Amino acid sequence: MLSCGIDVGARTVKVVVLENGRIRGRAIRVAGLQVEDDVAAALKEAAAGEVRTIVATGSGREAVKEARQRPTGITCAARGIHFLLPEARMVIDVGAEEGRAIQCEGGRALNFAVNEKCAAGAGTFIETMSRTLEIAVDGFGPLALQSTKLVPMNAQCAVFAESEVVSLIHEKTPKQDIARAVCDAMAGRIGSMCRRLAITPPVALVGGVAKNTAFVRALENDLKTDLTIPPDAEYVSAIGAALIAAEEH
Amino acid sequence: MPKYKTGPLKCWNKAKELRQKYYEDYVSAPKSGALRIGGSAWAFSAVPEGLGDVRWLTGEPYGASCAFDRKFSLSCLEAAEKKGYARDLCAYMRNYWGSILIDQYAFGGGFPKPDFFWTSHICCSHAKWYQVAGELEGGTPCYAVDVSVGPYTQITPHGVAYVVGQLQDGIAWMEKLTKRRYDDARLIEAVITETEAMSLWAKICMLNRNVPAPLDEKTMYALYVFGVIMKHRPEVLALYRELHDEVKERVERGIAACANESKRLISDTQPPWGFLDVFRHMETYGAVSIGSLYTFGLAGMWDFPDGTMVPKATPRQLGQTPRTREEALEAIVRWTLCRPEYQHFYNPGLKTDLMMRIIRDWKVDGALLHYNRGCEGLSLGIAQNRMELAAAGVPVSVFEGNMGDEREFDHARTLERIDSFLETLGLRKVEV
Repeated sequence: MLSCGIDVGARTVKVVVLENGRIRGRAIRVAGLQVEDDVAAALKEAAAGEVRTIVATGSGREAVKEARQRPTGITCAARGIHFLLPEARMVIDVGAEEGRAIQCEGGRALNFAVNEKCAAGAGTFIETMSRTLEIAVDGFGPLALQSTKLVPMNAQCAVFAESEVVSLIHEKTPKQDIARAVCDAMAGRIGSMCRRLAITPPVALVGGVAKNTAFVRALENDLKTDLTIPPDAEYVSAIGAALIAAEEH
Repeated sequence: MPKYKTGPLKCWNKAKELRQKYYEDYVSAPKSGALRIGGSAWAFSAVPEGLGDVRWLTGEPYGASCAFDRKFSLSCLEAAEKKGYARDLCAYMRNYWGSILIDQYAFGGGFPKPDFFWTSHICCSHAKWYQVAGELEGGTPCYAVDVSVGPYTQITPHGVAYVVGQLQDGIAWMEKLTKRRYDDARLIEAVITETEAMSLWAKICMLNRNVPAPLDEKTMYALYVFGVIMKHRPEVLALYRELHDEVKERVERGIAACANESKRLISDTQPPWGFLDVFRHMETYGAVSIGSLYTFGLAGMWDFPDGTMVPKATPRQLGQTPRTREEALEAIVRWTLCRPEYQHFYNPGLKTDLMMRIIRDWKVDGALLHYNRGCEGLSLGIAQNRMELAAAGVPVSVFEGNMGDEREFDHARTLERIDSFLETLGLRKVEV
């Protein structure tokens, strides 16, 4: 009996299929203008069999017409992290559109904070800076880790930060130092958001930005705590949605 | 299958008509020889009643009315900014100033200028609001009363005398300005009416202790306002008597504001007036906001025995019905300085204490606080309130916005945040 969780994010669609409490399939697709088509394609790729129940989450969850429920990303991330790392008491989820910190226990979100009306604490920030620096997103973290120099960045938003990066490029600042400055600035924003709640280790970091090694290091320094990155970090909310779908059977 | 019976309020249309009449009467005042008075809704509005027929336009509710019409509000806000007023000032005030500047009244026609302003200084913005408004209007006289004599727990005889003295001077000022003879009997009647009406609103709020709540906060916004804009008027007392009887009947018959009430919330201060649908959105989860310190404590007056709150005993109930101008002024000053919404200008801890009383006695499951970028005065200390409520074990969430500037409110993300909060309370959206 298959149950499915679909996380329709701002940048990607993630699908996870569960069978008897185990992950049977998963798929990720870039979310285009026809998000229904992307969802269908990801679902076809992930599911080898008939899916009985679908639960959708993420900012585009309303687009999944077949969904039995549409819980928020906060609820699903708390469920998903409990499946992957039951000991985690805080999960920091940094996706393309939003950063959020969630205190959790037993698969339930107890309290949460979300980054304010600004992209400077979300993955889109790094994507934008990658374009400005003309480097691949995947190479952003490794490049930043090569930096040996702190460059302060006062960016209050992704748009203004781009101007600041352009200025640094004109000043001949090495790309690796600029990349590190971007990661440090973003970690500062996310760290500040997390401190609005109490930091309650063990802390897990999930979402697409968890793949950026320089950001992970910067956030660990900022929070003064180790971060655990589970396998399938991008799929945590989809896993949570799939678990809720399984309960619907 | 709905959990509870529900139904509309029978006196709803009467309330709407009364509010419309209030704003129209202000425009038509000169035709009937009445005076137009502008000023804060916090003002001692019973006092000018001694001048005879007077019609009011209170600044904050007018600013909220502007904000409710987002297109009109934007015109007002942009006009105020073009004139050079910063956009981080009080949003009510900017809507009001902008309405003067574009010479448009939110209820139709040009902006009706008052004969004078009669107001109270309750915060930094109010201290300048009507001075600037008067200047924009070409020189409207303004009398302002300073009420900064401490929180309700520390009101002293000399503090009361200080405010009473200002009102005595104000009466002389109004007589000289308007060349009207002041009638103490009208003052006394207005003071008695105001105290009765505000205590009665508190009594109506008490009925919301019932599960299910007979009133929801969005509905209360349309009803509490009479205890602000015309609290001293007999037609308001009459409406509140009718409303009280109807809400009492709803309680007896088990009629709910929200058919699926599962969790009861409160908010704190002003809502984003252009986006009141957030309250209806919560009801899709079975969550109902049963009120706030704002709706309970701006139009309602309370006594605070033993960690709880009960409708404030009126001078008449205490056997202290005023008979002279001096007694009436002292009664209304002592009354007004205890207004719950005054208290967090002095100390955010007092607001937390009052909210905790509501949370306990109204069986509240969580609090939703508005980081209101449009009001420095009432936003001061909200972060402290959040921490204190959380420390007391109350589930609490915040959203950012602005009571009167739609450009500072992110509707979609606020709904998302509310959804997340309601899910942490164990609720789930009823899918349709």
